[in-house]
Amino acid sequence: MPPTSTVSTPLEPPRPRRRDRPLRRLQVVWIALTLAALALFAADLQVSAPSPGAVLKALALGFARPDFLALENLGQALLLTLTVAFGGVAIGAAAGFAMALAWNWRAVRVLSLCLRSVHELIWALFIITVTGPVAIAAVMALALSYSGIFAKVFGEILDEADPAPRDALPGRGLTLSGLIYAKLVPSLPAFWSYFCYRIECGIRSSAVLGFVGLPTLGFELDTLFKQGRYDGAAAVLLLTYALIISQSLWLRRRLVPLYVLGALAYLAALSPGQVSGFGLWQLLAVDMVPAPLRGADLTAAGTWGAFGDWLWRLVSQQVLPGAWATVLVSYLAFVLCGIVALVAFPLIVTALAGRIGAGLGHVALVIMRSTPEYMLVFVGVQVLGPSMLPAVLALGLHNGAIIAHLVGRQAEGMVPTLRPDRPGGAGLYAYELVPRVSSGLIAYLFYRGEIILRESMILGILGIATLGFYVDSAIATLRFDRAALLVVAMILLTALADWASRALRRRLKVGALSTRPFC
Amino acid sequence: MVELRGQTLAYGPTVVLENVTLAIRPGERVALLGRSGAGKSTLLAAIRDSAMAAGEDVALVPQENGLVPQLSLFHNVHMGRLHRHSAFYNLVTLLRPFRRDRAEVAALARELGLEPLLDRPVERLSGGQRQRTAVARAIHAGGGFLLADEPVSALDEMQAPEVLRALLSRFPTSVISLHDIGLALAHCTRLVGLKDRRIIFDLRTGEQNASDIDRLYAA
Repeated sequence: MPPTSTVSTPLEPPRPRRRDRPLRRLQVVWIALTLAALALFAADLQVSAPSPGAVLKALALGFARPDFLALENLGQALLLTLTVAFGGVAIGAAAGFAMALAWNWRAVRVLSLCLRSVHELIWALFIITVTGPVAIAAVMALALSYSGIFAKVFGEILDEADPAPRDALPGRGLTLSGLIYAKLVPSLPAFWSYFCYRIECGIRSSAVLGFVGLPTLGFELDTLFKQGRYDGAAAVLLLTYALIISQSLWLRRRLVPLYVLGALAYLAALSPGQVSGFGLWQLLAVDMVPAPLRGADLTAAGTWGAFGDWLWRLVSQQVLPGAWATVLVSYLAFVLCGIVALVAFPLIVTALAGRIGAGLGHVALVIMRSTPEYMLVFVGVQVLGPSMLPAVLALGLHNGAIIAHLVGRQAEGMVPTLRPDRPGGAGLYAYELVPRVSSGLIAYLFYRGEIILRESMILGILGIATLGFYVDSAIATLRFDRAALLVVAMILLTALADWASRALRRRLKVGALSTRPFC
Repeated sequence: MVELRGQTLAYGPTVVLENVTLAIRPGERVALLGRSGAGKSTLLAAIRDSAMAAGEDVALVPQENGLVPQLSLFHNVHMGRLHRHSAFYNLVTLLRPFRRDRAEVAALARELGLEPLLDRPVERLSGGQRQRTAVARAIHAGGGFLLADEPVSALDEMQAPEVLRALLSRFPTSVISLHDIGLALAHCTRLVGLKDRRIIFDLRTGEQNASDIDRLYAA
């Protein structure tokens, strides 16, 4: 801190304002559970599929005899999934890096927020209408969404870099070279480590992009399910697991640059689709303009009246119901996630589950956290029908398993440090472990909660009535003006939820703890 | 001339020095003396601001060295001259140093007993080696005005005078904080003592008497 010539007069400590006073944790848990019970009544949780048992049985049989030959283009789908992931994440990182350099410009921060608030699946829905369902579209969608995330994380890494080396330079190092030597170079290891983490997330995202018609693994899964070929669908799911779980074997950091170069070279050789400047112009400047304003006389009062009607109809019939459904799904999933985490973490604590039990617990948690949640919901919708039920179950189980793993590992390390005459069994769980891990658990829960909200909006594409459902239908009927407004609503809802989460965390006096290395 | 007139210096909300008046004339070698926490670093920062505002070319040896741990000793020393080269030249140097620069830094490193370590990342150097790297960076930067905060505190009594002499001989004017009175008396022309949030003496070397020094360190 530079010396200043001001002298501050001591003030009386201000009384803490009401909203700054800390809340009791247990109190909040009771309120949360009561709200969840009310939400259960409001939510559409019915099983709407005609014969869920039969589908489940067929799927189980498929897993027993997976048919890897059912996929004609298996190799191609696998290769494209990886190509899209490496290419998209690399391009996103490059763009994000450029934005991070200008992170203290407000415009750049707002741009980054908009880019990352729109999920890659939504970007893909828009891009496909211009390019057609080609791999390049998936790369662009991934790169757009990830560039916003990279900009934020890289920008924060730069902000947190030690200022001393730069300040020690003549003229305080305020030159480009000063920036490179004293700030960028020391930040490179953190950049690289985050990039490699994002590659892992990119592989899941890339597989899931197939669900909107792009040529990655999700497309194969979607097609095979629709054809009722469960043995083939099971093969795709198993392949996805194999790809994700084997990452530690082939996704070595030293090899990543090689993979990225290979992906970019392969992409350069692929067809770019029917990209035309005209198509893009048509989408941005004509189709996205609200219908009543398109080509209308903007000075006429009638135009604005029609626009008001259009806006009101859209907000009351799509935005508000979609937002309400999104909030219900994500809140229920959030509470379920907390319950799963609390109940499941002892599964991997040897002192509670036993050596064999802990081994099995690890396997169960790996399966739950490795499946991309979108795929889990997709399978759930096939079995149970498109209600909120599969979304809540899948989001709650998947995210709960991630937290259970992190908290369980922490608890496992804690057990040997406890007093020698510690209780065992339920006493150990309730009196020694739960109180000690509760802060961490809550902090993880908040972090996952923000992810759950983003995901539940997107799940609309699978037919659940959240905001994504309305965006998908608007694009399917070529009403891009409505789609654009709904995307704005998504961004606002995300911002609102982040704000609420921050406010609650401040009063609970917990942070949001990143659940890296899990996506 | 670099000058502070009746300034009150604070570190955040805490007032460190009150009503400081101090002028540094060209050619002086000023030692700042005082117990830790007396405000030496704060005063140095204020002098730096004032010197930079006066257009002086200031070289700095900060208290925590301010090195980039991942970069080699050579690159950390080269950083002293980043502002004299183009960004392109510096980028190339980052990948592959130019022979002339390397020879120049190597000569300086030899003088400070660091030559065999030229390509070692700073994070793998000892505390004393790091401090000498920070000294080398300031010498390499050059300029008319040196500000150094305990630049030889991590060196033994054999090395400390040699390194201090090498450092001071490169700059016409310098202000350094020192906790070693012997070094201050041997190498500086002026002594400034800080205590109880003010300057308690400001004398030419030789004019001080033992009681001044005792008063400085008395509880």
